[in-house]
Amino acid sequence: MFLDESALQAIWLTVRLAGAVTLILLLLGTPVAWWLARTRSPIKGAVGAVVALPLVLPPSVMGFYLLLAMGPNGPVGRLTEALGIGALPFTFWGLVLASVFYSLPFMVQPLQNAFESMGDRPLEVAATLGASPLDAFFTVALPIALPGYLTASIMTFAHTVGEFGVVLMIGGNIPGVTRLASVQIYDHVEALEYTQAHQLAGVMLVFSFFVLLALHAWRPDRRKG
Amino acid sequence: MEWTGFRLEVDLQLSGHGITAIFGPSGSGKTTLLRCIAGLEKSAQGFLEFNGETWQNRQLFMPVHKRPIGYVFQEASLFPHLTVLDNLRYGQKRAAEKIVSLDQVVALLGIGHLLERRPERLSGGERQRVGIARALAVSPRLLLMDEPLAALDLARKQEILPYLERLHDELDIPVLYVTHAPDEVARLADHLVVMDAGLVTAVGPLPEILSSVDLPIRIGEEREVVLDAVIGEIDAEWHLARMDFEGGSLWARDRGIDIGRRVRVRVPASGVSLALQPAEQSSVINSLPGQVEAIGEAEHPGLCLVKVRVGAVSILSRVTRRSLAGLQIEPGKVVWVQIKSAAVIE
Repeated sequence: MFLDESALQAIWLTVRLAGAVTLILLLLGTPVAWWLARTRSPIKGAVGAVVALPLVLPPSVMGFYLLLAMGPNGPVGRLTEALGIGALPFTFWGLVLASVFYSLPFMVQPLQNAFESMGDRPLEVAATLGASPLDAFFTVALPIALPGYLTASIMTFAHTVGEFGVVLMIGGNIPGVTRLASVQIYDHVEALEYTQAHQLAGVMLVFSFFVLLALHAWRPDRRKG
Repeated sequence: MEWTGFRLEVDLQLSGHGITAIFGPSGSGKTTLLRCIAGLEKSAQGFLEFNGETWQNRQLFMPVHKRPIGYVFQEASLFPHLTVLDNLRYGQKRAAEKIVSLDQVVALLGIGHLLERRPERLSGGERQRVGIARALAVSPRLLLMDEPLAALDLARKQEILPYLERLHDELDIPVLYVTHAPDEVARLADHLVVMDAGLVTAVGPLPEILSSVDLPIRIGEEREVVLDAVIGEIDAEWHLARMDFEGGSLWARDRGIDIGRRVRVRVPASGVSLALQPAEQSSVINSLPGQVEAIGEAEHPGLCLVKVRVGAVSILSRVTRRSLAGLQIEPGKVVWVQIKSAAVIE
């Protein structure tokens, strides 16, 4: 076996987390990106800045605030207690929630760009051809923005795979529950288990490379010669 | 409606038949007017009624997708993710009434060989024809065209104009046609709306507006009238063709157009002179009897425009005021109209 069981467990956990976060962000990110691309509201700048925060904030800052919010005295924590879900920190779904915030700009920004570069015209055309706004969104806007969706999904997935700081603070490094591959590698290095660290790190490196290769290979050739 | 620096105020009743050209320079508000009629300008306030159906008033704004319109944009704007055929079907699937068939529009615009292609593989002229076909495929009750030929070069324009004429002849759908090109107005329009700086400066049937001596409205560089005529005879020996209109006949150069075809003829005022008697021993080959209707100013104080009724049409003649006085020409007088140059629009 190239990788031992704990490594496989960590990888599988990572893939599950990244998959869940990507799917959730596809649903959440689309309306946000749509609004940002098309609104003329004065708060557009502020909303855009909030969405972009995870790009610049140290993960420990994000992790700290998220931990507080999800804790027993925070708004999210109190909500989950009231709903009977229990505390979110140190659980898989707590990680999902944290990662959704952390990876938000990686979904929203490519989608926003795609919607902006499409412009108003295709939707105006659709309307003059009898399509209601919802109809036009699904039959015209989505297909035209599809390359943006591919980019956004791949970036979100890859970014979630690469999380470390937020994951450590919210997840607590519990094997099989919240010990993601990135954290597992850290543990190996701390314990001087360099062989295992090499194996896992190598797998993650190869995986990330192929993800990015796929992203670039799928891009439509914009140069028309 | 208004936004910074621009105000549009229009109060019009437009014909429900034929092609109404909305003409004016860039920035006059023609496209904005068209978009307001389509419902694409949400901030517009006013009243809009079509064929008894209210599309907009204080309380109501019928959304674009519910209006029975077809809209042809200046740059075709075909859906890039669909083939030509799917572009045509997009609107047709959603149409409330299905009066026009796909076969019909494909034949009308000559795009049968393009159906499986993607828009990026079409030329500018082909794209525009598909755009027109797509707008027709929804069986619109009103067709709105926003400078459909503006983005095309001369050769492409000449290629598409016959298709627009066929559209006019074969389908009974009223058309609002925005343009700044006098040629297109002369060739296609039945009615005319002239706009400038957000206001309407003239509205009415084309012959009436063109032959008016009261309004300083010009569509081309010179004053002219446009006549609807039929090719009646061809003189092969002298390479001339006779064009019959409602009031007489004109001889002009034979352009190779068959007998029986309907054409439009431009008659510039500068090529029309007046005489008190039919022409004899003159090089002018067209001399028609008529009666003076009105006299108006021309662009120079030494000149004036005379509107003469010839049969059922009005023709403008540009003469010097001195000649006018010398011949004692005044409204009501019977004169002979000498037409030296008449050009068939093609």
